[in-house]
This record gives sequence, C-alpha cells and structure tokens, in this order.
Amino acid sequence: MASGFNRTRTHMKHLRILVASLAIVIAGGLLTAQAPEGPIRIGFIVPLSGPFAQNGRDILNGFLLLLDEAGYRAGGRRIQLIIEDDEAIPAVSLTKARKLVESDRVHLMAGTLLASSGYALAPYVEAQQIPMVFPVVSSDDLTQRRRSKWIIRTGWTSSQPNHAFGEYAYRTLGYRTIATIALDYAFGWESVGGFQRTFEAEGGRVVQKMWTPVSVHDFAPYLAQISRDVDAVYALFLGRTALQFMRQYAEYGLKGRVPLIGSGTTTDEHVLPFMGEEAIGVVTSLQYSAALDTPDNRRFTEAYRRRYNKLASYYAESMYTGGTWVLAAIDALGGRVEDRGRLLEALRAARPTGLPRGPIELDEYGNPVQNIYIRRVERVNGELQNTVVATIPRVSQFWRFNPAEYLRQPLYSRRVVPAS
Amino acid sequence: MGEPDRRGPSRAIAGWRTGVIVALAAAFLAGPLALDSYWVGLLTQIVILGILAMSLDILLGYTGLPSLGHAAFFGVAAYAVAVLSTTYRAGFGASVAGGIAIGTALAAAFGLMVSHVRDVYFLMITLALGMVLWGLSYRWIPVTGGDNGISGIPTLEAHAGLPVAGPLAFYYVTLVVFAACAVLMWRLVRSPFGLTLRGIRENEARMRSLGFNTWLHCYLSFVIAGAFASVAGVMWAYYNGFVSPTYLDLAASSELFLMVTLGGPATLVGPVLGAGAIVLLKNVMSAYTARWLLILGIVYIVAILAAPQGIWNLGGRRSG
Repeated sequence: MASGFNRTRTHMKHLRILVASLAIVIAGGLLTAQAPEGPIRIGFIVPLSGPFAQNGRDILNGFLLLLDEAGYRAGGRRIQLIIEDDEAIPAVSLTKARKLVESDRVHLMAGTLLASSGYALAPYVEAQQIPMVFPVVSSDDLTQRRRSKWIIRTGWTSSQPNHAFGEYAYRTLGYRTIATIALDYAFGWESVGGFQRTFEAEGGRVVQKMWTPVSVHDFAPYLAQISRDVDAVYALFLGRTALQFMRQYAEYGLKGRVPLIGSGTTTDEHVLPFMGEEAIGVVTSLQYSAALDTPDNRRFTEAYRRRYNKLASYYAESMYTGGTWVLAAIDALGGRVEDRGRLLEALRAARPTGLPRGPIELDEYGNPVQNIYIRRVERVNGELQNTVVATIPRVSQFWRFNPAEYLRQPLYSRRVVPAS
Repeated sequence: MGEPDRRGPSRAIAGWRTGVIVALAAAFLAGPLALDSYWVGLLTQIVILGILAMSLDILLGYTGLPSLGHAAFFGVAAYAVAVLSTTYRAGFGASVAGGIAIGTALAAAFGLMVSHVRDVYFLMITLALGMVLWGLSYRWIPVTGGDNGISGIPTLEAHAGLPVAGPLAFYYVTLVVFAACAVLMWRLVRSPFGLTLRGIRENEARMRSLGFNTWLHCYLSFVIAGAFASVAGVMWAYYNGFVSPTYLDLAASSELFLMVTLGGPATLVGPVLGAGAIVLLKNVMSAYTARWLLILGIVYIVAILAAPQGIWNLGGRRSG
C-alpha cells in the first residue's frame, strides 16, 4: 500500500511539473513578437468542425486550389494563409477574428459561412477598419440596411437569385399558385421573401408558406399538410435536410404530381451526388452551376475534380472567386497592402475576369451584380448535374427596383409577407 | 482555500496550490501589461467565464446539484443587456441592473421547479429548461433576432462614460468585477449557509433530521448561482458586443460543466483554472492544427484519469 501511495505521489509530481512547464511554454509563445515585414497575411475563418464542417471544407478547398494555382504569390509578394476554425459559433468567429487581426496582424480577412457569424463580425471589422471579403455569407442586410464600409461581398444576397426566379416561375414556367417550404431562419425568410415579391408582382400567388426547424428530422408532418392544388412547391434546404426532403417528397407521391422548384442550395453540388432519381427535373436558381458550359468553368471544375476527386460545389466556387478577387486587388497594388484604406479601394475597384460563374462587378453597396442561372437537374453521363436552362444577366441585389426605395422596405423576414 | 481534509493538506499540495495562486495572480494582474490585445481578450474571456464557472461550482461542487442548464442565466442576462441597450436605448445602469435582475428572477422562477429533485432528475430538468430558453432565443424573433442574434451593443467604456477605453481598460474593469464576485462567493461558501450546503451534498437526510430546511437551502443556492451567472452574462454581452442563441445552448452548458470538473469542484479556484485551461487549449490548439478537437478530447481523458479531483487538487490524496 505504501509503495503504491508513493508511486502515486511521484506520478503526481511529474504531472505537476508537466502542467507547469506547459503553462510556461504557452506564456513564452505569447510573448514572441510578430515580424513587421514579410509575406502578405490573409486571415481565413470557416467552420472546420461541427455540423457545418463539410461546407467549410468546400470553401477552404476552393481557396487552396486558387492559391496553389497562383503559387501562393500575388503582387510580387508571398501569400501566407492563416486558417482558423470558427465551429459555426458566432462568438468563436469573433474570437478568431481578434486573433487574426490583433495577434497575427493579417492584412485582410476572408471567409465565414453563417449569417449569424457575419453579423457578429461586422461591427468588429468596422471598428478595426480591416478589409474583409465575404464570399459566402448571404444575409441581405450586410450589404443593404446594415452595410459596412469594410466588408466586400463577392457572393450574393439570399434574395438576389430569387427575385429573378420569381419572375421566371410566373412568365416562363407558367406557374400561378405556389406553396413554399423552407428552413426557418434568416436565409430561408430572405430567399422565400424575394421569390414571393417578384412572383406576386407578376400576378402569381404564394398560397401556403411552411417553415421547418433547421434541425428538422422528419418531413412527414409537413408533407401531409402541403397543398396538392398548387402549380408548384418551392423548397429551400441544404445539406442533410435537402437529401431527406427530396427523398420524402418522392415517397409521399408528390413528385410527378406537383412540380418541385427551389433555392439553389436545395440541389447544390454539395448534396447532388448523393441524390437519386427523386431530384431529376427540379428547377432552381443560383449565381453558379458546376454544369455551366463555359471554358472558365470547365477549367475550374476539372482542376477541382483532379485535386479533390469530387464535384465543385457553389461553396468552393464562391471562395475561388472571392480569392481571385483578393489576388486581383493585391496585384493592382503591386503587393503594397499595408495601407488598409488603399487596399479597400483596390478591392472595390477590382474587376477580375475569367471567373467560373461568369462576369461580375460590385455595386456601390459592395454586393456583386452578376448572372443568375436557372438550372434543372438532369442525368448526364450517369451523373446528376444542374443543367443551365436560362441565364438572367446582370442581376443586382435590388433586382429592378430603385435601391433607395428598396431600402425603405423592411428586410424580408418570417412575418413581412404572409401567404395570400 | 480548498476543502480542508481531516489531516490538512499535504506539503506537496500546499506548495502546488501556492504556486498556482501566485501564477494566477501574476497572470491576471500583470499579464495584460506584457501581452498584445488579442491575448488580453483571451484573458478577459477567462476572467468572465471564471465568474460563470465559480457560480456553477456553488451548485455543482458545494450543493451537489449537477446543472446542465446553467448557461441559461448567463445567456438571458446577456440578451437582456442587448435588448435594453439597443432596442430600448437604455443607459448603462439600467442595462446592467436589468440584465442581472432578469437573470436572477429567472433563476428564482426555475428554482421553484427544480429545487425538490436531486441527481440525474435535477440534471434532466435543468437541461430541459435550458433547451426551452435556447428555443425561445431562437424563435422569439421580434425580440431576440433569432439565429442572427443582436449586434450593436455599445462598448462598456462608452456606455458607462468611462474616461478610458480599449481592451486593457475593459479587462481591468472585468477583473474588478471578478474579484468582487470571487470574494462574495468565497465568503458565501465559508459561511454557515455554505457549510449547510455542503452538509446537504454529503447527506441530505441527516441535515433534514437536524432541522434544516434543505429545500430552501437548495433553492437559495440555485438563485445565488443564477445571480452570479447573470453578472458574467452582462460582462459577456459587453465583451462581444453581440448576443446569439449559442450563448445558451447545450454545448455552452456542458462546456461550463467541464470547466468546473476539470479544475476541481467545490474549490472555487479550480473552476477558474478550468475556464483558463479550456479557453487557452481551444484557442492555442486550433491555431496550430485542424485536429484540435481530437487533442482536446485526449486532454480531457488524460485529465479525468490522472487528476480525477481536478487540476487544483493535483497531488492531493485520492479520496472518495
């Protein structure tokens, strides 16, 4: 017993020494200063763990592919990418941004996935006056009613493709009544809101609006309620929920009876390879499709497939394009990125060409004006793809409305426009 | 400061504890002067989460009530500050008082529902109540902003009209709040009331037969813990400048639970160590490797095997 006790004691002593030395190592790490000159440091924040890790991984893949192609150089200087995982938790996004800006002294930041993280970062970005590129976060108000000078969005607003799609659904698809079913959070409200606005402006009617929790596991109660007398059902899902909704929609015998249309994410390439016959014929809209038949996009999707052995999703394309934007701005400055004001101007003025999704330019609110593609899921050479059936060119986040007037309207939310 | 056992702490552990206290004091008082603002930010997080972890320790460590919904009070107080300071443009005093009052009132209401149950039932009900509040923050969109949360909370320095501003100023304000809370909680657990709580933890039936109203003691312990958690929530709202539903989700509550158990329950200092260890591990590890969750998991397992009594009790005798 006594020897056992002694052994525990020695053991504890070692452990104490270990803990104490660990603490000293960490403390030492804190005190090492960062060299002032050197490579251009880009801070990059995406979720790499947690429920959104796969989407975050796609975003990162897009950036790594681009940087590899560029040889990690732009404007004659080396690029250093500092990657941080924000776990899709807004408070963590903010902590990581603080690290990147205050400790790593990055010259600019890019990234993040969720609207909540975007809104959490915006005041900090503004206070620190550090340029940040949002390639994916699509909350309307980040470039509308609550826009920030220092945020450049190279992605989209949630309602942007849906404004175009609402009109298309009425005029070309010929639908007059529609039921919507969407995830119950800002991305869903803004997408459905945009669709409803232009669809009803044409004379159509959204007769039923259903919202499912983001954590929904079974669509049976919703599918039982959904109206069978509408011309089409508009669905907004992503990831696991998109796969499950599609399958259950077919199981309930709705496929073939009521056509399915929806948000671009519902059939995005991050879930499309895992879908089957149930997805064929679904029409959606987005600013990108991996099946877009242009030389620039073919080059991108082939390079992506060679490197990661999978289809490029819109997440990957978004960061590839966002990254191209950043590198173009750095090139324009000849690598002199130390002056943040000039870097911001260069980012706003950048006009990179040869982008996978086609030509884009920024409006004065910092959001792209770009093509919106209407896509239909088809099977080509044994693989599902989002075949582009129509292109609506140069779509602004304000659609064809006057921006000032548009901004006086409230943000699309769950309650703004009820079903009629 | 730890729990005195019958033979008094051994010399080894006394030395360890003195070292820890000196290191903590040095890090908290002088650390920020030598560090850049990012690390000052992390220290601020440690200090705020330290208050929160200590408040859970009153429940978990001293009273023996394992709560998995403690982040609720923290989160509700933060939301109260956010709503008051942005939607209603309330002043500093009203926002702080409102935050603490609403968090405490909520604890007083929830306490009525949980103070009669123990052990796993307590765990389940607190978990359920915490989830209800999380759901509310997520779905009561006109007030809470839903998933997007509320941003635009003024900085504490500007809101309070302090002549100084910046991370360092905020840190020292937080440190003062921390010190005040720590002294109050330390006095509390040393008081006859605190001793009664420990008695209930060890043997409730005996305490009841001695004439103590154990329900009331548990209830008060719950409310007091909720009040201190609210203080931490108010500071957290000012620190981040925004609130979101993740403040009160299950992950937040369980991480808090982990801080207390990792550092050493029923010690008050231990939970602060636990908060420090978790904040530093998460942020330092994730900067170096994408596999940081794996490393964190290994650290937790090693900690449970090697230091089941927590970091603060490292080197102490293994007792039941």
